Amino acid sequence: MTGRRALYVAGVVVVCAWTVVPIYLLALGALGGSKTVYAWPKPFLPVGFAAENFTAFLHIAGIWPAMLRSVEVALMCMAFSIALGAPAGYALARYAFRGATVYRLVILLTRAFPVGILALPLAVSYVRLGLYDTPLGVALIHTALAMPFAVLISASLFLGIPRELEEAAWVFGCSGAGAFRRIVLPLALPGIAAAAIFAFVISWNEVFAATVLTVRNKTLTAYLLSVLSESPLQTQLAGGLLLILPSVFFIFLVRRYLFAMWGIASR
Amino acid sequence: MSIATAAATETAAARRRGLTVAARPYLLIAPSLVFLLLLFLVPLLQTIALAFHTGAGPGFGNFAAMLDDLDFNAAVRDTFALVIVVVPLQLALALGMSMMLRHLRRGRDLVLWIWSIPLGISDLAAGLVWLAILTDKGYLNTVLFHLGAIARPQSWLTYETPFTLFLAILAAEMWRATAIVFVILVAGVQLVPREFEEAASVFGATPWQRFRRVTLPLLRPSIQTALILRTVLAFETFAVVLAIGGRNFPVLISQAFEWQNAEQNYGVAAAYAVLIMAITLAATLVFLIALRPRAGEAT
Repeated sequence: MTGRRALYVAGVVVVCAWTVVPIYLLALGALGGSKTVYAWPKPFLPVGFAAENFTAFLHIAGIWPAMLRSVEVALMCMAFSIALGAPAGYALARYAFRGATVYRLVILLTRAFPVGILALPLAVSYVRLGLYDTPLGVALIHTALAMPFAVLISASLFLGIPRELEEAAWVFGCSGAGAFRRIVLPLALPGIAAAAIFAFVISWNEVFAATVLTVRNKTLTAYLLSVLSESPLQTQLAGGLLLILPSVFFIFLVRRYLFAMWGIASR
Repeated sequence: MSIATAAATETAAARRRGLTVAARPYLLIAPSLVFLLLLFLVPLLQTIALAFHTGAGPGFGNFAAMLDDLDFNAAVRDTFALVIVVVPLQLALALGMSMMLRHLRRGRDLVLWIWSIPLGISDLAAGLVWLAILTDKGYLNTVLFHLGAIARPQSWLTYETPFTLFLAILAAEMWRATAIVFVILVAGVQLVPREFEEAASVFGATPWQRFRRVTLPLLRPSIQTALILRTVLAFETFAVVLAIGGRNFPVLISQAFEWQNAEQNYGVAAAYAVLIMAITLAATLVFLIALRPRAGEAT
């Protein structure tokens, strides 16, 4: 039995290393400057930590605006997803209404569909609507990606808050909206924050639609993709690290909700 | 005001209130439905319309152009090769990971977090990570050099090395996208009562039998979800392929991108999009049917 346990532990360690070591190596390349990038054979430890390499990267024309635009798009996507998704989640959790099953199915269906690809025809209509090459336009398609998650997550959140609490508030004279604001919302807030962060990450990481729908006002992913073939390797690696760092932090913040999220999503 | 009229007004008011209560769920889902109509259904129909519309009117011209595309055959071959190899491997690895996690006593939360990190990593970043490892003077070659396997930097990602290029993209996809399968499976494993396995073990089942006969069948709904989601996403694999392979590894979605952005030919791009949609739809149906709940089984 102990032999088997040792095997399990060894397996766990190997998979952890498989996940983390590549990120470490990317960081080495991104922070090591041109000396590390073109060194042969490569050192596996940082040779003189050089933060200036990373700051030098941040001063490359176009990186800062692209990053700020990514943040702008992701914040919009986050706001839209919650504003549209949370009420729908509340309806699914609290009301038995005709069409609820169909609605749930529609939401699940959008997830089993390559949504990013819809950016291709949207490019045509966006030009007509004046949304082409704007952060708002990109945020809208990202919302189509992220909102179904927000609906499902918030539905499970509201289901977890006993109805009786809300009813008690009505008895004590709260209006429907008042009970929601004072009782349900505070209890649901951490979960909704997790859903919002997840929407942010989805938008921050999206490449295809962002690339198709922008020309000059590129998000960070679209910008990095467009300079892929012409920029030095070191710049690309620094860009990769810049993309990864916030995501790792955000996944840490929402880690408790990840499994609940996918658990409900699979039913 | 007589009592009768007062009662009548009150019931009318109650009826009105009842109506607004009945309308409330619809008002709550309406904004999201309108949004999905505009940003999902409309572009979906537009894609189909664009694909079947040519300069000369409706027809299959765009599809003919797609079939004549020099890279079309390679794109179909590479896309399917990638999906067919990567999805089963990810399922196997994710199953192994969730079983290992089950036997872990301490540090479970930390391990869970580390294993879900790739969930937050964009496919572009994943491509760049593996580019750092696999370039000529990368870390893989450094290890091989220290092992004495190679004497000088070696290229793995060029047109002349299609097999290692494929392996590189495979590695990047395994690294990045196994996490989503893992998370869905763990969510499912949590729903499987531990007692079932314990009972099996009391009756003398070996660990393999427990896994094969108890856990795996109970996990079927989660496996179905994971396979559908993962396969759909695998057909969309875009930035990983571009970052590692460039133009040397054409896939359907990168061809769609190429026709849209470089050629400015929206019709052929839409034809590619329709093809990808049809393929993912077919794959989803296959999984729905192949892994449907068997007769006599509670869902």
